[in-house]
Amino acid sequence: MWSYFARRVAIGIPTLWAVITVCFFLMRLTPGGPFDAEAPVPQEVLNNLRARYHLDDPLWQQYVDYLVNLLRGDFGPSFKYHDFSITTLIAQGLPVSLENGFCALILAIVIGVPLGIAAALAQNTRRDYVISATAMTGIVIPNFIMGQVLILIFGVWLKNSIFHLPAGGWNDGAFANRILPVFCLALPYVAYLVRITRGSMIEAVRANYIRTARAKGLPFRLVVLRHALKSALIPVVTFLGPATAFILTGSMVVETIFQIPGIGRYFVQGALNRDYTLVMAVTILGAALIIAMNLAVDLIYIWLDPRVRYDQQ
Amino acid sequence: MSVLDIKALDVRFANTDGEVAAVSSLSLSVEKGECLGIVGESGSGKSQTFLAAMGLLAPNGRTSGEVMFGDTNLLTADEKTLNDLRGDKLAMIFQDPMTSLTPHMKIGRQLTEVLVRHRGLSATFARDRAIAMLRRVQIPEPERRFNMYPFELSGGLRQRVMIAMALLCGPELIIADEPTTALDVTVQAQILDLIRKAKEELETAVILITHDLGVVAGLADRVGVMYAGRLVELGDVRQIFKAPRHPYTKGLLACTPRLDDATGGTMPTIPGQPPNLQNLPAGCAYHPRCPFIMDRCRVERPPLRPTPTGSLSACFLEGSPS
Repeated sequence: MWSYFARRVAIGIPTLWAVITVCFFLMRLTPGGPFDAEAPVPQEVLNNLRARYHLDDPLWQQYVDYLVNLLRGDFGPSFKYHDFSITTLIAQGLPVSLENGFCALILAIVIGVPLGIAAALAQNTRRDYVISATAMTGIVIPNFIMGQVLILIFGVWLKNSIFHLPAGGWNDGAFANRILPVFCLALPYVAYLVRITRGSMIEAVRANYIRTARAKGLPFRLVVLRHALKSALIPVVTFLGPATAFILTGSMVVETIFQIPGIGRYFVQGALNRDYTLVMAVTILGAALIIAMNLAVDLIYIWLDPRVRYDQQ
Repeated sequence: MSVLDIKALDVRFANTDGEVAAVSSLSLSVEKGECLGIVGESGSGKSQTFLAAMGLLAPNGRTSGEVMFGDTNLLTADEKTLNDLRGDKLAMIFQDPMTSLTPHMKIGRQLTEVLVRHRGLSATFARDRAIAMLRRVQIPEPERRFNMYPFELSGGLRQRVMIAMALLCGPELIIADEPTTALDVTVQAQILDLIRKAKEELETAVILITHDLGVVAGLADRVGVMYAGRLVELGDVRQIFKAPRHPYTKGLLACTPRLDDATGGTMPTIPGQPPNLQNLPAGCAYHPRCPFIMDRCRVERPPLRPTPTGSLSACFLEGSPS
C-alpha cells in the first residue's frame, strides 16, 4: 500500500517534468513574444529588455536556468506585470481561487450527490424528471450567462431587499461577496454530479447483491447507503478527480464576471501576453494538481472497492 | 398447516410493447419441513413466482392473487411487514454466489447485519453467532473467513456464506433459487447436502427452484413443473420421475442425459422453441411442441386435474373431469 503510494508519487515527477519541457518549448515556438506590443519598440530598448530577462541566451541555457530556478522554488519574474515575481502573483491569487473553488466543490457535492441519488431511486417518476431536467438546464447554460442572471436577480432586482448580494468585487473576501461567485462556480458541477450519481446509482441498485441485501429485511434506505452507495460513487469520484483540479485553479469566466482577484484570469492573460513565466507557472500548478487528484482518486478507489487493493500488488 | 400458500398468483411486467404475463393463475402450497422442487426452463416463471412472494420483483412487476405466509398476505403487506419477515422467517438463497454478496463489505458484516436487524444483537454476540453458523455450514477457519471480502472466497464458499446467512435466524421457509447452478459438480453435492441438513434439523420448509432434474430428485419431496408461467404438473417426486403424466414432463425426463445410454446416438431434445411470453399460443401453451397434440389443445387451455397416480396434470389426456 505504502510502496504503491510512493511509486505513484515517483511516477508523478517525470510526468510533471515532461509537462514543463513540452510547455516550455511550445511557448517559444509560438510566434510573438512578451515585448511585441502594437506600438513598435526601438531596437535598443528591445535588446535591453531581452538581455534583462535572459531571452538572448541560447534556448537550452534558458531551459536549464528555468529548471534550476524552479527547483529552488522560484518561478522567475513576470514579463508583463513588471516588478512582480510570478511567485508573488500566484501567492496573492491562488488562495482566493483555492478558497472559492473548495467552497464550490463542497457545495456541488453536498447538493449534487444526494439529488442524484434521490432521482435514481425515483427513476422515471415526476421527481426524477424534475431533478434531471433541472440538472440538464444547469449543464447547458454556460456560466457567463448564469453569472449575469445571478447578478441581475440578486444584485439588481433584489437590491432593496434582504436578499441583496453584491454584484461583484471582492471586498477582502467578505462572506456576502463570495456567495454569488461560489454558487455560479458550483452550479455546473452540481448538474454534472446529479447526472453521474443518478446514472451510477440506477446501475448500482440493479446489482444482484442489492437483492440479497433486501432479502435480508434491511430497510431500503439502509440497503442504499450501506450496500449500493460505495459502488455508485466510483464514477462520481472518477469525475471529481480532474474536476477538483479545474475548480480549484479558478475559473477565468467567473472570476472576471465577479471581479475576483484569483488566478483564473492568469491562464488567459498570460497566454495572450506571451508572459512565458506566468504561463509556465499556471501550467505547472494545474498539472501538479491533476497528478495529485488522480492519485487521490486511486486511493479513494481502494476504499470504495477493496478488490482494487489486490490488483495492484 | 402449510407454511406458504399461493393462490391464483399472476405476475405481469409492463414494458414498452405491452404486458408480459410471467406467471399465470398459479396455486401451490408448501408444508412445514417439506422440500418442494420447482422445475422449468428459463423464462418459465419459476423465479418470478418466488421473487413476487419475497416482494423482490423488478419495479415494473405487478401481481394479483394471494401468497399467504402464516397470516400475512405477502403480496399486499407493506414494506415494514415484509422487512420484518425477510431474512428472519423467510430467507432466500440466490443463484450466483459470485455476484450476490456485496463486494465491498466483509463477510462478517454481511452476516451480522441480519442478526442486528432481526434479533437486535450486539456486535460481539452477533459475531459469535455468525462464526458458529459459518462453522455449521462447514466453512474452514471461520474466524479468518469472517474478516474476508467475498472476492477472497471461492464460489462454493460464497454459496456456503449465502446459506449461513439464510439460516442465521432459523427461518420457517428457505427459497433456494438455482443454488447450485453456478458451482462445480462436486461442490453442488455438498451444497445440496447442507440444504438437506438444514431442512431436517430445523424442520425448515424449502422451495428449490432449478432446471436440473437431478437436483430435484436428490432433495425434493414434491415437485412442480412449470411451463410458460403455469404449473403443468405437481406431485410426489417419485411418482413424477417414475410415471410422468404431462407431455412436457415426459419430454424433460427423456432429455436427461444418461451414462448407460446404449444407443450412443444424439441427445434427445424437445422439438421447437420455448414459448414467447409476449405472444403465447392459444389453448395449451405447450401444444406447438407436444407430440400428443389434439384439436382442442389449440383452442382450449387444460386445467390442472388429478391423475391416477395422485399427481396433478394440466393436460386433456387426463380425460374429462367426472
